[in-house]
Amino acid sequence: MSTLQPVAQVKAQTEFEYGVNDFSITVGTVNGSGSQTSNLTILRALFKMGIPVSGKNLFPSNIQGLPTWYTIRVSKDGYLARREEQEIVVGMNPNTFQKDLNSVSPGGVFLYPDDMKIPVQREDIITYPMPVKKLSMESGAPSNLRSYVANMVYVGVLAQLLQIDLDKIYQALDFHFKGKTKPIDLNFGVVQAAHQWAAENLEKKDPYRVVPMNLTEGYIMADGNTAAALGAIYGGVTFASWYPITPASSLAESLVEYLPKLRKDPENGKNTYAVVQAEDEIAAIGMAIGAGWAGLRAMTSTSGPGLSLMTEYAGLAYFAEVPVVVWDVQRVGPSTGLPTRTAQSDLTFTHFLGHGDTQQIVLLPGSVTECFEFGWRAFDIAERLQAPVFVLSDLDFGMNQWMTRPFEYPDRPMDRGKILWEEDLEKLKGDWGRYRDVDGDGIPYRTVPGNRHPTAAYFARGTGHDENANYSEDPQNWTKLLDRLKRKFNQARKYVPRPVIDTMPGAKIGIIAFGSTGPAIEEARDQLARQGIPSDYLRVRAIPFTEEVTDFIRSHDRVYVVEMNRDGQLHQLLTLEVPDRATQLISLAHTDGLPLTASRVRTSILEKEANQS
Amino acid sequence: MTNQTTAGPRLHLNLAGLSKTDYRGNPSTLCQGCGHNSIASQIISACYELNIVPEDLVKFSGIGCSSKSPTYFLNRSFGFNGLHGRMPSLATGALFADHTVKGLGVSGDGDTASIGMGQFKHILRRNMRMVYIVENNGVYGLTKGQFSATAEIGLQLKGQGTNPYMPVDIAWEALVGRASFVARSFAGDPKQVKELIKAALSHNGVALLDIISPCVTFNNRDDAVHSYAWGKEHEVALHELSYVPPAEEIMVDYDEGEVTEVTMHDGSKIILKKLDQSYDPTDRAQAMRMLEEANANNWLVTGLIYIDPTRPSMLDIYNLTDTPLNRLPEEKLRPPRETLEAINNLMF
Repeated sequence: MSTLQPVAQVKAQTEFEYGVNDFSITVGTVNGSGSQTSNLTILRALFKMGIPVSGKNLFPSNIQGLPTWYTIRVSKDGYLARREEQEIVVGMNPNTFQKDLNSVSPGGVFLYPDDMKIPVQREDIITYPMPVKKLSMESGAPSNLRSYVANMVYVGVLAQLLQIDLDKIYQALDFHFKGKTKPIDLNFGVVQAAHQWAAENLEKKDPYRVVPMNLTEGYIMADGNTAAALGAIYGGVTFASWYPITPASSLAESLVEYLPKLRKDPENGKNTYAVVQAEDEIAAIGMAIGAGWAGLRAMTSTSGPGLSLMTEYAGLAYFAEVPVVVWDVQRVGPSTGLPTRTAQSDLTFTHFLGHGDTQQIVLLPGSVTECFEFGWRAFDIAERLQAPVFVLSDLDFGMNQWMTRPFEYPDRPMDRGKILWEEDLEKLKGDWGRYRDVDGDGIPYRTVPGNRHPTAAYFARGTGHDENANYSEDPQNWTKLLDRLKRKFNQARKYVPRPVIDTMPGAKIGIIAFGSTGPAIEEARDQLARQGIPSDYLRVRAIPFTEEVTDFIRSHDRVYVVEMNRDGQLHQLLTLEVPDRATQLISLAHTDGLPLTASRVRTSILEKEANQS
Repeated sequence: MTNQTTAGPRLHLNLAGLSKTDYRGNPSTLCQGCGHNSIASQIISACYELNIVPEDLVKFSGIGCSSKSPTYFLNRSFGFNGLHGRMPSLATGALFADHTVKGLGVSGDGDTASIGMGQFKHILRRNMRMVYIVENNGVYGLTKGQFSATAEIGLQLKGQGTNPYMPVDIAWEALVGRASFVARSFAGDPKQVKELIKAALSHNGVALLDIISPCVTFNNRDDAVHSYAWGKEHEVALHELSYVPPAEEIMVDYDEGEVTEVTMHDGSKIILKKLDQSYDPTDRAQAMRMLEEANANNWLVTGLIYIDPTRPSMLDIYNLTDTPLNRLPEEKLRPPRETLEAINNLMF
């Protein structure tokens, strides 16, 4: 098992002089001013130059007017995590101007519009004023578009200062505007003018620049929500119901975008799928459970507040044994929380979602490529186990562009699970019961509506039932039923994705994590190893935990559990799993709404390790 | 199960080759004399008389006394007794799986008019192909006699005091909610209940049936709106209604000039017989005026209040392929490999 994050394979350890292909750029703008186009253009151009790059949008819950930041990391070594240092800052927003200026790392660079009426007073950095207003006026853009193209000025100036290839910028604009020449030419015109202005007027005084590499070959740029939707489509999703919520909406919207292209019946041009925008999250999961019960590969996608609403239905699906896939693109809770910031704080809630004795299967993708893979695998697992399967992504994966491995076609046929059709029932001569444990694995056989065999029907319910789905309040029956559900849940260990483990020689400590913290942890491990603390790393990819997880815990002196929440939720669940090793499990939980950095991981491990000796 | 042949008394078979026993369910566990039981037996009769194969129907319900009743009819139909107020979403998803089956939902006034009001309204506007029966008794029976949202203002119930709130009129809500079929009946009028169920089963969309179904245990004071005595006394039938399946040649009670004829989606016709005034159930504005007037006069108007037989159902709108979605093979569900290569190339 060596497939970690893409970063692990990219690592070049290339020797460059300081400032080349290894820095961060942060742009401070006003939300709704069109800066996203500019920022993605820089990101994509760098990617096309073969340089490992990551971009994160740190945006407010607002349509227009509040401050927003975009941070790009350029890394010759392939590290994709956010950094706390920012060598280059572009201050476009008067309201955050001082803060942005203060945020530049010593020796760094600050770019700003030359008409900003705020004094730029820092001796330890290099500053470049840009004629933003003048160049956007001269762009020929109609007045309503002028503020949008204004953001292209910093693209052009940065391109000149950093030596970003203008052809790659053109390619990025061409992609963004889907080949429409008018906006491409307008924007690229501004980039060129700004580039030329910088060449003629700015004296380069900083060390930061980029040179082409070949480290992004074999990668694509994609976001996790698109990947999840595409994965679901290649998993045969047939019914999807959803309700808009940040940061999950674009997952369902991607289904709406791609399904018509990929899922028309070639025989008659009609649809082999349905997507319904429901009236709320309760109806969204209700429809998906109805469809799943009736034999469709059905899903919904939401975020924390939606998941709260889906709780009662999640319990029904668990108890009535209905396959359904639920994507939770996590944001910061509790309550409405920080709707546009990232977290991993729905883990225990999702695992126990529902009242009574409920245990849910949870998948934890750790890259955008895995969002695709788990998109289709989730259906196989849900139908095999006749149970809801929850996939926990997060805002960082879901809404940011990542360099990631191309999506791989499913490596196995679909597993539709134990389903009986007319001919099967004919062979059984009607001798079947919906909840009989025929195979001893806790997984019964099911029929679905539309099956016309006279013995096919049964009455599904959320109330107590016997093996033949008849209402039952019998105490022994109840115990037997709940025990079988537990056995079935344990069977899930056979079908869920196994963890990914990466070891280092001489490691005494282990690190366990899941999801989008991977890049920060991998970078921190390299740093720690250089400081003489090698570590082994296990990335959990599902609940229930498989035996590799318990083996890993037992084989290390100390295991640090890194996650983005307050209470150490993965730590809690691991403690329940391996209670006799509870004191060896150390929680490193932190949540502030921002993607995790390597320095935080490294520092907190160093602190704990110092206390050990 | 369907072939009653040699021995025993000969059973009457319908055109589907089924006897009435093929439509029955488990014994009722509701109170004796409950209006819901009477509705269950009219569902059985309606399906039998319409030659419906039980496997072509799927039953749905929410939570409450009413929602238990789907086990009392059509044992050979699939069914799902889901969550309180959430029957519409469950049905909506399930009915996408096989467009050749039809939904038959049974809800109650608590299930529909309180917790389920939102989903109720939305399935109406989506026009999913199902019969939606509300067994309306103005009281929470299963939790032993609290006011429901359809209880009339001033109603007194033992242990609950006097209801201070205005009632929800389910038929009115359905009409306002753009339902394509709105009817009301009274559980004590089995003939009308059966005819309306038959009409509802033939409708291509949501057919809402608000059936006043007295609770013999908790809400049956003679002066209460949802009681037998009040219902019998205040019932104003809109028109006598007979459903004539297309296979049958003879029209009953057909009287030219006194008749409004509505063609159903499946080609069958409903013939509406005027009692004391000409009533056109295809006129939504008139239906609303009529209900307002009835409310003002304290009348219990029964019959087919409104129908729009031309509105496409939700499934029509989705342009689904001919094979039921839940029978599509893997090659129809998973796009071919080369399409994914194209998608990877489309990513930047």
